[in-house]
Amino acid sequence: MNNTAISFSVQFIVLMLAQVLVLNHINFLGHINPYLYVLFILLFPINNNRLVFLLISFALGLGIDIFSDSGGVHAAAALSIAFIRPVVLKFCFGSVYEHQTIKFKNVDFGAKVIYFIILIVIHHFILFALEIFNLRDIILVLQKTLFSSIFTIILCLMATIIFSRKT
Amino acid sequence: MQQIIKFFLRNKTFLLYLFLLSIAIVFTIQSHSYHKSKFINSANFVTGGIYNSTNNLSIYFSLKSQNLLLQEENARLSSIVYTPNDTVNGSFITDTIYSGVNYKFTPAQVIKNSYSATNNVLLINRGKRDSLKQDFGVITQKGILGIVDRTSNKFATVLSILNTNIKISAQLKNTNHFGSLMWDTKSPQVVQLHEISKIAPLKKGDTIVTSGRSIIFPKGIPVGTIKDFRLDSAENFYTVDIQLFNDMTNIEYVYIIENVDKSEINSLIKPSNE
Repeated sequence: MNNTAISFSVQFIVLMLAQVLVLNHINFLGHINPYLYVLFILLFPINNNRLVFLLISFALGLGIDIFSDSGGVHAAAALSIAFIRPVVLKFCFGSVYEHQTIKFKNVDFGAKVIYFIILIVIHHFILFALEIFNLRDIILVLQKTLFSSIFTIILCLMATIIFSRKT
Repeated sequence: MQQIIKFFLRNKTFLLYLFLLSIAIVFTIQSHSYHKSKFINSANFVTGGIYNSTNNLSIYFSLKSQNLLLQEENARLSSIVYTPNDTVNGSFITDTIYSGVNYKFTPAQVIKNSYSATNNVLLINRGKRDSLKQDFGVITQKGILGIVDRTSNKFATVLSILNTNIKISAQLKNTNHFGSLMWDTKSPQVVQLHEISKIAPLKKGDTIVTSGRSIIFPKGIPVGTIKDFRLDSAENFYTVDIQLFNDMTNIEYVYIIENVDKSEINSLIKPSNE
């Protein structure tokens, strides 16, 4: 138990620093950045203590916000996907989730991809909608959501494949 | 009473979510209004320190291009020194009198640059310790960069001109037609100048400089050249696209401008509160 707590704290710090020091400066084609830190929320172990999970997600988002001077946009987006995660889990994994026996290492790959896509697109949409904060620029919001989501999804899948300890 | 407590216990996740979300939204709204981001900014001990130490490493990768920029500036400055007649283009240094207002320049270094978001904020390695305050102007050797927002002891955040929350007064270099500078978030090389009067003689390639009508920037700091212009929907004013002199994606050494007479001017402009 203690071991997992330490490993998740390390993951928290590493993902946050990687995000603010490296990934925020990629600016692929001008303005497209991946937001890999959502991986922490996606892969957080499933247990019943949702309050702690919400607080940790909020802290992660707020940390990114302080680093990137963006107000509270990351905090709101991270918090929201943490809140709706159970619904998406139920939708994607069905009965496996109902029996509380889900392990991200050995779930069906297709279901995992869908799970990633849904949460990442929602996260990015909230993020850019709040960042731009102007209904007139809704096209820009959708455009940024689309491109950044693709980038993030690819990076998240690569990270899970590379760092999986199955082999 | 018991009912209420039960209700809270049953919906505690949702209530916590609402509570945290409202905090986040408040921070977001604060960050969207000028000079209101009180808590969430990177000019603090921890984030400033981390950015500073990583910048100490990454600075080596841009040494070559930054050296070239500094050399360019040196060449320009020495050409001013050796030509007594002031005809060098766009040099604000030569205009030493600045219409009677005194300005103080402080060099600084950018330790975090940002240009891809809609509200871009830079971090520089000067702070209260170097007597920086809110609303000091920041320029590079090529032109305008932004305005100081939050300061901590050692660091300060700068709202760059690539930020939808700031407006800077600018004018044509040849005539005195002025407008306000804003950014439409499309490209980090192009900003927009609004409310230039319809009768102003505009030409592509003309230089735009700061107007000196605000107390932040002296008159005549170069901004960019006219790339394109069109009448706005009411057909009374021009909206002008300006190609910036600065490459906003490659900025390292900057100068902070302090208006020495600021408090005096402020006390004149603002109605004394009796």
